[in-house]
Amino acid sequence: MTTSSVVISALQVTLVLAGAPLLTGLMRQVRARLEGRAGGGVLQPWRDVRKLLRKARLDPEGTGPAFRTAPLIGVAAAIMAAAAIPLAATGTALGSGADLIAVIGLLTLASAMLALAGLDTATAFGGMGASREMTITALAEPTILMAVFALSTRIGSTDLPAIVTAGITDGARLASPASLLAAVALAVVVLAETGRLPVDNPATHLELTMVHEAMVLEYSGPDLALVELGASMRLAVLLGLWASLFAPWGIATTAGAAAVVLGAGVFAAKLALLGAALAAGEVFTAKLRLFRVPELLAGSFLLAVLAVTASFFLN
Amino acid sequence: MTTMSTPANGASELLDLAAGVFLLAAVAILWLRDVAAQTRLLAVQGSALAAMAVVLGAEQAHPELYAVAAGVGLLRAVVLPALLRRAVNARAADRETRPLLNVGASLLTAAALVLLAYAVAQPLVRLEATAAARALSVGLSVVLIGLLVLVTRRNALAQVVGFLLLDNGITAIAFLAAAGVPLLVELGVSFDLLLVVLVLRVLTTRMRAVFGSADLDDLRELRD
Repeated sequence: MTTSSVVISALQVTLVLAGAPLLTGLMRQVRARLEGRAGGGVLQPWRDVRKLLRKARLDPEGTGPAFRTAPLIGVAAAIMAAAAIPLAATGTALGSGADLIAVIGLLTLASAMLALAGLDTATAFGGMGASREMTITALAEPTILMAVFALSTRIGSTDLPAIVTAGITDGARLASPASLLAAVALAVVVLAETGRLPVDNPATHLELTMVHEAMVLEYSGPDLALVELGASMRLAVLLGLWASLFAPWGIATTAGAAAVVLGAGVFAAKLALLGAALAAGEVFTAKLRLFRVPELLAGSFLLAVLAVTASFFLN
Repeated sequence: MTTMSTPANGASELLDLAAGVFLLAAVAILWLRDVAAQTRLLAVQGSALAAMAVVLGAEQAHPELYAVAAGVGLLRAVVLPALLRRAVNARAADRETRPLLNVGASLLTAAALVLLAYAVAQPLVRLEATAAARALSVGLSVVLIGLLVLVTRRNALAQVVGFLLLDNGITAIAFLAAAGVPLLVELGVSFDLLLVVLVLRVLTTRMRAVFGSADLDDLRELRD
């Protein structure tokens, strides 16, 4: 672990921590404008966090450690992932610890903790949200593993910096059928894991079919601020991971200051672009019925299987 | 990791891409319930098939394949989807199919079928490791997926889609394995296909007139 790698990781964490609420704000703003509303502005999520942090803590009666630790673990897992994934530069501080499977495991840990917290409140909505979240996670997991295999068979490693470096040095690899199929499969999974349309509606607290919001219904004050921050950081990290895997242009492969700063700028631009595109797409999308979500995820699983077969047989 | 015996040139990359789109369209047809969307995907698949023929014609210096590609493109990307679309638009109630096997299960079945097709095509690929030989498994997969659609969909129009999928797969195999069949045979097959779709359209219209739907399960009794 060298000084430069620590600096790179710290930069990435700061960028994600400060930028994730801005990304959420940008997406809400794009959506509002397209729907003909004025919108709250890009800074609104940060204002919400500030407001919530000033309030007193309030735990529902009878809740235990799962409820109290889940928001912290959510933010901590996102910070770890932001430090490990090569978002702005490939030389992150975790080295070979930046394994694709380990990163996915970290993010799954956060959603599992949140599901436990939802169960801990012993309310009907919390239980329903936890059960739905776990169903979706369980269905998304095989797709993630398959897509990971498709990306790693050619490199012979699940090491994230190795995969990203291979993508930068060999651009034709990204246009191969295996890579395109894996990109589509992982995109569907990212939508499911971050609770976006068409799997879950992020804009509502008043729907019987809500998933994420049902789990966090009992949170208030600073805890709610952490939950919201964790959710936006999760979105930023997963979108960043997707961008690093399938559009790695601009990521610094050396530790030079200029290259890293450029990489950070390109990363922010990529996130803003992906977020705006996602928000624009959501305007035209309706939420899928809960019982049709398995169909969507089975489809993305099939695409991931095809990606593995293509990278195995066509190579 | 095995390396390709032929150098990876632009033509084989293009063929890989066209084969990928060809297979993706078949998978998406299985994924969707809306017959109108399925006909749009059939048009995409027809264009991918024509593109495959063009690439093969350029690679093997086979000018005859260009004519075949033009014919295939016109028929499978324009005429047949347009015919189907007109039949679909005639009645809104028949737009959604009710698959016998639910969509999730049929997608997983399709994954197994694709793996089977790849396994079956392995000896052929070992025989001659070109991009065309490697794409053979894609043709086989589309044939199997077409059969799956034929077996599991009960709507007459969805069955036509399955039939066309099957035939697209067979044509792709003909192109890839034998550099295309003679122009005359291809012409005959194309006219047969057009005739089949026209006859099935008439049948669907008659079914709607008699039963009020295009569900094949209504065809239970024999009458004289």
